[in-house]
This record gives sequence, C-alpha cells and structure tokens, in this order.
Amino acid sequence: MMDVTHNVRAAIQEALQSILERPVELEPEMNIVADFGMDSMAIMDFCMALEDRFDVSIPLDKMAEIESVQDLSRTIETLLAKG
Amino acid sequence: MSLLSKFEPLRAAHSRLTKRGHDPFSVVFEEMVSSTEGIMQGRRTVLLGTNNYLGLTFDEACIEQSVEATRRHGTGTTGSRVANGSYDGHKRLEADLAAFYGRKHAMVFSTGYQANLGMLSTLVGKNDHLIIDADSHASIYDGSRLGHAPVVRFHHNDPEDLAKRLRRIEKESGDKLVVVEGIYSMLGDSAPLKEIAAVKREYGAYLIVDEAHSMGVLGERGRGLAEAAGVEADVDFIIGTFSKSLGSVGGFCVSDMEGFEILRLACRPYMFTASLPPAVIASTRQALATLQGESGLRAQLRSNADQLYSGLARLGFKLGPEASPIVSVILSDADKAVAFWNGLLERGLYLNLALPPATPNSSAFLRSSVSARHTPEQIDFAVRLMGELGRQLGLLEAMPTEVGFAARGKVPRAAAVSDG
Ligand SMILES: Cc1ncc(COP(=O)(O)O)c(C=O)c1O
Repeated sequence: MMDVTHNVRAAIQEALQSILERPVELEPEMNIVADFGMDSMAIMDFCMALEDRFDVSIPLDKMAEIESVQDLSRTIETLLAKG
Repeated sequence: MSLLSKFEPLRAAHSRLTKRGHDPFSVVFEEMVSSTEGIMQGRRTVLLGTNNYLGLTFDEACIEQSVEATRRHGTGTTGSRVANGSYDGHKRLEADLAAFYGRKHAMVFSTGYQANLGMLSTLVGKNDHLIIDADSHASIYDGSRLGHAPVVRFHHNDPEDLAKRLRRIEKESGDKLVVVEGIYSMLGDSAPLKEIAAVKREYGAYLIVDEAHSMGVLGERGRGLAEAAGVEADVDFIIGTFSKSLGSVGGFCVSDMEGFEILRLACRPYMFTASLPPAVIASTRQALATLQGESGLRAQLRSNADQLYSGLARLGFKLGPEASPIVSVILSDADKAVAFWNGLLERGLYLNLALPPATPNSSAFLRSSVSARHTPEQIDFAVRLMGELGRQLGLLEAMPTEVGFAARGKVPRAAAVSDG
C-alpha cells in the first residue's frame, strides 16, 4: 500500500507540475483549490490526466469532494484497489 | 462577512473586466431591427452572436401565428401540463416534432436547459452510469448533477477514450448512457458520431445527442448531426431546443423507446414548471414547418458560414477546427480579447466573448454565430472590421497573405480544442 501511495503522490506531483509549468513541493494536506489556484474546470482536467495515467475513472461527485492532495490520492487508491 | 461574500473573487474579476469597457454579460439592445441587426446605445449593430441560425425571429408567418394564438388562447398557461392540462398546441407541436424526426414519441420542455436537466436526471438512476463528453454544455453538467447516477467524463470527441471508460465499467450492473452534442457551442466542432455510435453498440450503451446547435443546420432534412452522420438508428434520444434555429424558446426530446410516455410522470423539470405559452408554441410550429419547407435557408446558412470562416482564416486568425455556423476566433491573451470585443462592439459588430474558466487551456474566444439571413455585405463588414482591428491590436501579424490562407488546413483540432 505504501508503494501505491508513493506512486500516486508522485504522479499527482508530476501532473501538477506539467499543468502549472513550475516545480511544486507537495504536502498531503495542501488544498488543491486554494494552494494552486485551480478553478473547477482546471481541476476536472487535472483529474483527467490522472485518470489516464492510472486507467481509472473518477466520478464527478467524488471529484467534487476532493479538497486536499491527500483526498485526491486516497480517491485514486480506492479506485485502484477496486479495479 | 455576508451571505454573498463568497462571490468576492467573481465580483473582483467582473469589475476588472467592466473597467475596460462594456460588460460583455449585460449588453442591452434598445431595439431589434431584424434577425441580424439591433440598436445598441443608438447605434445600428450587426448581430453576429445570437444563434439565430435560420433568422426566423422576424419571419412573417411565425409572427402571424404567434399573434393569432395569443388572441385565441391567451398570453400564458399559468401552470404545468400535469396540473393545468395541456393545450391542443402542445400536443400538436409534439406530433410535429415526432413526425419531423420520424420517431414515435416527443416531449416538449419549457427550455432546452430543462430538457437536459429532465432527461439526464430521470433516464439514469443511482445504479446506472452516465458518460458525458468533457466539453459538454452547462445544462448537461447540471442535468448530470441533478440525477443520482455516477457521472464520468470522456476526452472531448474521443471515441477511443469513451470505449476505455465504458470498458472500465463493463462488469458493473446498471445501464450506461452516453451524452454528446451535435455541434459544440464554443468552437463549432461536431462529434465523430459514426465512431461514437459504433462504441455505443459494442458496449450496449444508450446514446443521447443534444442537437441544440445542429437542428436546422446539419443533415439533408435539417434533423441534425445524427442524420448527417447516417446513424439515427443508433441514437436513442435526441434532445433539442427551440431557442436557436427555430427562433423562439423551449426544448424537447424525441425517441422511439417503448414506454417513453411514463417520463411525463417521473421527470421533475417537466412536471414542476409552467408549460410554454400559446404564442411560443404557435411560432415554433410554424418555424418547424418553414425549416422543413425551405431547405434553401440551410444552403444559405452554410454559404454564409463558409464566407465568414474562410474570410477570417485568410486574415490569419486561429479558428475552431471546422467551418460551421459557429465560428470562433481563438486568442491566447484574454486582455486583448476583451479589448478586441469592445472595439468591435463600438464599431457596430456584436459577437460573444468567452473567457476562462469557461474556455479550455486558458484561452479566450470571440465566438460568432452566423445566420442564413445575414447578407454577404454584413459578413464582409464583419471580416473587414475584425481584420482592421485585429491588426491594430497586434492580434494579426501583417497584411493578409496567401500563406495565411494556406495555413487554414492546419488550424484544426490539436491547436484548437482542449485535450485535457
Ligand atoms: C448544447 C446546448 N444544449 C442546451 C442548451 C440550452 O438551450 P436553451 O437555451 O433552450 O435553454 C444550449 C444553449 O444554450 C446548448 O448550447
């Protein structure tokens, strides 16, 4: 499980960096909206990059609940565990 | 702190925008002169952003029918069809729509927005799945949220990604409903419907096509993209609006599905709102007849759209991927887009300004929609004005060249459309 978490975190960081076009330091409790200034469309598009990367689909209601980096990685981990 | 303080960021963004000129979201026309011209602050203004594809808002026959219906049946129905009953006109319009599409059933809603809210929230339940194109209209997103099914987006116009998403839920129980649009309202591109229909068949999903911008525009008979792509049999539900090519207001869904009529007692955005007034029903019926009778309008619309698209491409503007009645100029600098839009309006040309976050990739669009009733002179005026002002603002590099025209073939997809 630690491995999965690590991989997911790394992928989130990578996706964020490529969208924001700058290096980012990731903390689990960072707020995706407030700390990275993403609007709702940007978040959906950001999630789509992660969906592609992990071959999962994150339903919109789950996406709406995501606030922190940790929420996001847990959502993806849960989907991976299910799939 | 007040109840509305959460809107401070929006208020700030809006006031920054309006400081630089007119408010693009609150333009007022004192008068409409015709379907293609209005008066704004005393000035005659060419309307190139009103979705009035066939220009039927001032059609004599539509106006006559509308006035006559008001005299005979009154100004409003004062309630929903479930509570107050239907008027004969509602039933007749539904029969007309069903006949036009060659389907068994039709249901009329008070707006196209409500048609999407109603159908998307009612057709699928919590054990089903809704799969929508990522660039869907707000009414599709809102309809998705109103219902209880999990909602997943697929990459815009990407049948392979749709297949991937359906594969991921292949083993799950419940029905799968896919939603796409005939012509996408921001860039004027169409869904690759043949391919999407094939995916839908492969995975046993249902398919809705929202033909809001393609009804009366695409297809030999004007039924929309499903007709043009030759896949009407694969489309389980067609949703549409009266507010664009039919020049009034209202929405609808047509289908051949057995048992369809029960939706009238299950679909809340149909049941709990007032039905359309007689004037609207009457003009819409006439407009639908005109749409079917005058295929010349569609040919004129296509020719006008080509004139605008090729004129702007020749100037070197970056446009949406294909010529359609929606022609969008894509600009990377939102500030310049605002200045451009203001400058055009001050010189008598109205079109729509679309800014992030409503647009993909933080780009800004100047969105125009062409009408069959635009004269070649009006379109020429628009192209020349956009060229002049575009050069003044540094949006266009130099004088128009043949190189700019040759580049037209390359403008397409990758450059124009959000790919996530
Ligand atoms: C794709 C699409 N669907 C639905 C609608 C809603 O239509 P209406 O204006 O009738 O509410 C629109 C237009 O606004 C649209 O662009």
